[in-house]
Amino acid sequence: MWDFAKLFLLAAIAILAAVIANFARDPAHLVHMIIIMVVAAGLFLWQIRRVGEPATVHNEAEYMDDVIRAGVIATAFWGVVGFLVGVWIAFQLAYPQLNFDWAQGYLNFGRLRPLHTSAVIFAFGGNALIATAFYVVQRTSAARLWGGNLAWFVFWGYQLFIVLAALGYVLGSTQSQEYAEPEWLADLWLTIVWVAFLAVFMGTIIKRREPHIYVANWFYLAFIVTVAMLHVVNNIQVPVSIFGSKSVPVWSGVQSAMIQWWYGHNAVGFFLTAGFLGMMYYFIPKQAERPVYSYKLSIIHFWALIFLYIWAGPHHLHYTALPNWAQTLGMTFSIMLWMPSWGGMINGLMTLSGAWDKLRTDPVIRMMVVAVGFYGMATFEGPVMSIRAVNSLSHYTDWTIGHVHSGALGWNGMITFGALYYLVPRLWKREGLYSLTLVSWHFWLATIGIVLYAASMWVTGIMEGLMWRQVDAQGFLVNSFADTVAAKHPMYVVRALGGTLFLIGGIIMCYNLWKTVTSVGEKQPERATVAAE
Amino acid sequence: METYTWLRTFADSWHLLFMTLFFIGVILWAFRPGSRKVHEETSSMIFRNDDKPAAAEDDASGRADRATGKAR
Repeated sequence: MWDFAKLFLLAAIAILAAVIANFARDPAHLVHMIIIMVVAAGLFLWQIRRVGEPATVHNEAEYMDDVIRAGVIATAFWGVVGFLVGVWIAFQLAYPQLNFDWAQGYLNFGRLRPLHTSAVIFAFGGNALIATAFYVVQRTSAARLWGGNLAWFVFWGYQLFIVLAALGYVLGSTQSQEYAEPEWLADLWLTIVWVAFLAVFMGTIIKRREPHIYVANWFYLAFIVTVAMLHVVNNIQVPVSIFGSKSVPVWSGVQSAMIQWWYGHNAVGFFLTAGFLGMMYYFIPKQAERPVYSYKLSIIHFWALIFLYIWAGPHHLHYTALPNWAQTLGMTFSIMLWMPSWGGMINGLMTLSGAWDKLRTDPVIRMMVVAVGFYGMATFEGPVMSIRAVNSLSHYTDWTIGHVHSGALGWNGMITFGALYYLVPRLWKREGLYSLTLVSWHFWLATIGIVLYAASMWVTGIMEGLMWRQVDAQGFLVNSFADTVAAKHPMYVVRALGGTLFLIGGIIMCYNLWKTVTSVGEKQPERATVAAE
Repeated sequence: METYTWLRTFADSWHLLFMTLFFIGVILWAFRPGSRKVHEETSSMIFRNDDKPAAAEDDASGRADRATGKAR
């Protein structure tokens, strides 16, 4: 019965998408509808060939690891794609000739920039979060994922969202809200996928066979629930027509700006911080083979982080029409955030106490420790930049870009790489990684790349901030905007080179993981006894 | 009173008080007597069940025993 309902639904979607595609008012909507039509029709054919066959068996005595393997592959793939687009747009900034005339309106900086940010945050980071959340919640609940094939729906549904969003950007469909660029159709689809994600995660926790809910799951749950709330509120938009991708926001003026940055900063706080802290609290203790330094501290870390982060958004709107009290509130909470952030960093680092020698022998743990180090540095820099006086210098300059990347490349990137190096041998049941030397190469290329990136952005950001405010004896501005652009060229080249190093590191990781799966022998069950000699 | 003023007044008085008290409560709860054993048990749970889920018969009594630290 359910089989036929699915067939009917898929056929209806395919036909509806075909009709809408026929009347589509803009190219982005046309392409979206054709993709939806092809996907629905393909699923229809796939489903009709399986009618009457026995349903997939979900053995409760085994973990559901195939969907995590797919997630690991997707993470590595989207990571390299996102880094590549990032390197390309960095070179476009250094050498504007790379905005080719023939590609204007499709592959110029303005179109590719949201593609880069969404690819690294939502495609690379999002897939890493979904895959590790599924891995961690199963191991710490000692139970198979809840919901059977629903986890597969989450995985493929999320990939469809990524493709819809990415093609939309290139074809000019955007809400023009930073990190919330996808238009109403992709937004609605993501909402459905996200609710399914929450259901799988919560269902697994509810049927857990461990008495307690491990702290990593608290962080993952905060990430899933808060992102759902942020996404829905910031995307309350009214579509102009179902035949076009354009929609009109319900909020306007300063309310719109405040909701956007309430969303934007908490996307950083709950997507890029809380979720990745879940990774930290599982993978660092596992790789170090020691329990977390202080479980009490992790509880306080969790509650302090989620209580404070949600208020920090207004620091993106200093010196705007936002009421002064709201700006001060955002600034104050940002500064207070320093405490839970560093509490968490100390907790992660001190987990290695008594096992510091592992830093010398294990490049994977080195990667994770450097990730936590960058977390500490970025969460120190952030509160400083949120102070109104500092913000008057740093806002709208490349300092902000440097800050974001020391967090994104250093913290999110490195902890994800560490998690991937941990997961691949276990998920494919291999003896170990193909090459630790290549992990070291990846580590150093990525670290040097980040240092080049952050340092060049500090220099160019502070320089342009100072140039913008420089006035002569009569009170006239000394520099035109184009003067600052010209002065920034050398630093833009250094930044692009730093990004290239980071990208090469990512490609080396993909090769290493690929060889781990294909060339390393299968892990043998441990032998009972080994004779002492 | 208009909605904005009402919400603002509520946010920086009663709700602020509620959040502060809740947070202090969390800290006190984390340091409650007997929490050390529970936390040690919880923080080391990640070192088991790596390859397959726990057996079903564990559920009722096993969960209770592990919660009190009687069984691992």
